[in-house]
Amino acid sequence: MAENIIEIDDDSFEEIVLKSDKPVMVDFWAPWCGPCKAIGPTVEALSQTYGDQMRFTKVNVDENPLSPSKYGVQAIPTLIFFKNGEIAEQITGMVAKEKLEETIKGIL
Amino acid sequence: MADTDYDLVIIGAGPAGLTAGIYAARARMKVLLLEKAVPGGQILVTDWIENYPGFPEGISGYDLAEKMRIQAQDLGLEIETVQVHALNLSEGIKEIVLKDRSIRTKSLIIASGASPKKLGIGEDKYMGKGISFCATCDAPFFKNKTVVAIGGGDTAVQEAIFLTKFAKKVYLVHRRDELRATKILQERAFANDKIEFVWDSVATGVNGFFGIEGVHVKNIKTNKETTIKADGCFIWVGILPNTEFIKDSVKTDEFGFIVADAKMQTNVPGVYVAGDVRDTPLRQISTAVGDGAIAAVCAEHYIENL
Repeated sequence: MAENIIEIDDDSFEEIVLKSDKPVMVDFWAPWCGPCKAIGPTVEALSQTYGDQMRFTKVNVDENPLSPSKYGVQAIPTLIFFKNGEIAEQITGMVAKEKLEETIKGIL
Repeated sequence: MADTDYDLVIIGAGPAGLTAGIYAARARMKVLLLEKAVPGGQILVTDWIENYPGFPEGISGYDLAEKMRIQAQDLGLEIETVQVHALNLSEGIKEIVLKDRSIRTKSLIIASGASPKKLGIGEDKYMGKGISFCATCDAPFFKNKTVVAIGGGDTAVQEAIFLTKFAKKVYLVHRRDELRATKILQERAFANDKIEFVWDSVATGVNGFFGIEGVHVKNIKTNKETTIKADGCFIWVGILPNTEFIKDSVKTDEFGFIVADAKMQTNVPGVYVAGDVRDTPLRQISTAVGDGAIAAVCAEHYIENL
């Protein structure tokens, strides 16, 4: 994956996501989840466009069970947008690029 | 008709749209495929596909979708990720309205697919928090838990069987006293001791604070209501056509599926339909690819005769 998207884990979640001075998108995913892989290119493309203003991250829910359970994630792909350490938006499931882009613009 | 951008525009990159794209690209048509989310369509949320010929061991929905996409793009098919907002159709040029521009094309294939039908039992509130339409996405979150699956068709039964790989117990709630699913799936479901059938029953709601704690079920013969204690609820009760952008521009049946002739042509000349969005007796990958091939070839003949 591109360097635009930071791979995070349960240990680095607080530092990279909650303490970020920029808004952060967290992509909760797993290797067995086809739709998660399928939305990868969309998220990747948006990270190219908005990477200066928003931090793009992803967390593997298989290896990091604490973060999804803390935020009640029971379905993937789930994208959670954090602003100042708080949840600003949450999107579950396959999502149109247009809707995702509108969500990002709304948060910035 | 010199004043067009494309010979053919295809809306939707599921199996029908990708197949149409493969045929159109090989015919060297000037073709564009529009997809609002990601190529693959509903097969992306299908864990395992066993009834599409050529894969005797079966294939995952994601892998099959990827193979179809790669095949189409390697042949030169252009795919754009964008949502269609409206259509202006006439016997001449067809106009496709996007958010910030319009595309003009000589012919059009609508392959926008279908989406899971909701029951109105709290899907919006609990989506991603216990209610799901996608076992392959969400089943592992219910490891050693109890879940309710609703429906009696192929999708419901196949996915309920998949759920048993993770859940300790799956209640399959169906409004009739027999399954509609194909026999081989029924045999597997009846032989699976993790599945308990709840016949003649419909789900009427769910309860839970953070996630789901129970699913309310009503027996439609006795009117008796019970609550099944469960951590998740998977719903597979049929589909609705993805036709929001179509409005009245082409003829549909009473359920909103688009009506076509044997050439996949709608009531508007040069406008074709393929796959699950079509009024058809069977919605499978194998029927979608057939629709897509016919639609693309007939679109090619149509523009040759303009």
